[in-house]
Amino acid sequence: MRVGIVGIGQTKFGKLSDSSSRELVADAFKEALSDAGLARKDISTLVVCSGSHYDKQRSPAGIMAEYLGLNPTPTFHVEAACASSGVGVRVAWSMIQAGLHEIVAVVGFQKMTELDAAEVQDVMSRSGDVMWESPFGPTIPAYYAMHARAHMNRYGTTEEQFALVSVKNHKYGAKNPYAMFQKELTVGDVMKSRVVASPLKLYDCCANADGAACVLLAGEKKARRITDTPIWVAGLGLASSPMSLTSRSEFASFECSVQAARQAYKMAKVTARDLDVAEVHDSFSSAEVINYEDLGFCRRGEGGKFIEDGQTYIGGRIPVNVDGGLLAKGHPVGATGAAHIISIAKQLRNEAGASQVPKAKVGLAHNIGGIGMYAVCTVLRAS
Amino acid sequence: MGFEKFGWVSYASQTRVSKFIDYLQDGKICGTKCKECGCLQFPPRAHCIRCLSNDFEWKELSGDCVLITYTRVDASPATFKDQAPYLLGLAEFSEGPKVFAWVDNRIPEEQITPGMKMKLKASKLPNGNLSYLLTKPEGA
Repeated sequence: MRVGIVGIGQTKFGKLSDSSSRELVADAFKEALSDAGLARKDISTLVVCSGSHYDKQRSPAGIMAEYLGLNPTPTFHVEAACASSGVGVRVAWSMIQAGLHEIVAVVGFQKMTELDAAEVQDVMSRSGDVMWESPFGPTIPAYYAMHARAHMNRYGTTEEQFALVSVKNHKYGAKNPYAMFQKELTVGDVMKSRVVASPLKLYDCCANADGAACVLLAGEKKARRITDTPIWVAGLGLASSPMSLTSRSEFASFECSVQAARQAYKMAKVTARDLDVAEVHDSFSSAEVINYEDLGFCRRGEGGKFIEDGQTYIGGRIPVNVDGGLLAKGHPVGATGAAHIISIAKQLRNEAGASQVPKAKVGLAHNIGGIGMYAVCTVLRAS
Repeated sequence: MGFEKFGWVSYASQTRVSKFIDYLQDGKICGTKCKECGCLQFPPRAHCIRCLSNDFEWKELSGDCVLITYTRVDASPATFKDQAPYLLGLAEFSEGPKVFAWVDNRIPEEQITPGMKMKLKASKLPNGNLSYLLTKPEGA
């Protein structure tokens, strides 16, 4: 049975200091219900997705189900760092396929700007192996910087090529009212910004943000009764890589992305060439370049040239992150996966406005979780 | 000695491989070697990565390694503010396993290149804890 997306909703992403996480979740959920023309009683399960430790509420599914007025509807938490809500959609798909639930709400959220900076930094410095790597103070940018350096060393990729990703994503972010940053940037702006972890500079890095995003899914028969434009989940992929750098063998690539994409493409019966549009994990500009290669958009080592040739702009070989990506939208960890899927769904519904990729029929949403432990891929197809 | 003595900040104190710290105190870098299948591991593990056996012995490593990649951390977590900027490196031992550690700050960043030979040495931190450091090999 095919499973389709029947409703989408999200909040703006940014420093939303007037709202708590439950309020953001409620906004996203309401928008999705309204989009689908559904009521709360139609939801058979609430899958709540977020990264751990960014705010003080333990066991968040509990408070979210209550706040949305969904008790006694089944609910539970899914966590896979930045891949949380991408994985949540996979779980929803599975439950619908199994006939366990009919209409499933997946809501990803994150509230990152309420804890003070020192607390958030301490949390994030424990993103890798807490026993053997955290004692050296690695930050998430530091881990990605080490991968960027490995890519530069092996293929001659330059900081300027990485910067081109930030330029593209900020250009498109400026057209996206939901994005945190709405200003365009030049390569010069990126190159002059202060070093965070060499070679990555401020504008090579995404920003912590608050936000929520909700996707409603249903099986084919139900989906067709709910909407004229169900967006089909055509392919799913999920893979893991070691958390510790010492257990990995590749540093100019994220092996889990390669595996997840392979699975999703196989299930959807597509190749990278069949994709009309993609949302990939650009937590850092260098990560997007590596993603081009891992996801098969271009050959190994040619990611830098790919962006340089404009191939990931609208009009290029494959438009990537034309909603601004994480770099311009901000990165509320738990919400990002669902937001990627929403952006692709909008493209396939022809609702992407100023950033519409003409005639988009097949799209990919890709996320890497944390410092590369998880990669999740979802291939979506227009009805 | 316990694992709480490891690193500038230690987040773990209870582990079956805490003997690592005693060796570090003696200036030795040790990995674990599985008695069942012979797999040598670093960092030390109480369960073999290859066969999950709990039967391991300690094996001192030479410390000779090659740098794979690195970064200079300017924007550090608050707990590490006084140490910043610091260099993080990932290196591969001549024996096979890899290590993630600070790189000697006295080496100018321009002199650091993936592929360069390094030496991992046990080190004592100003706060009394023990650690290890990627340094230039003697005579380099």
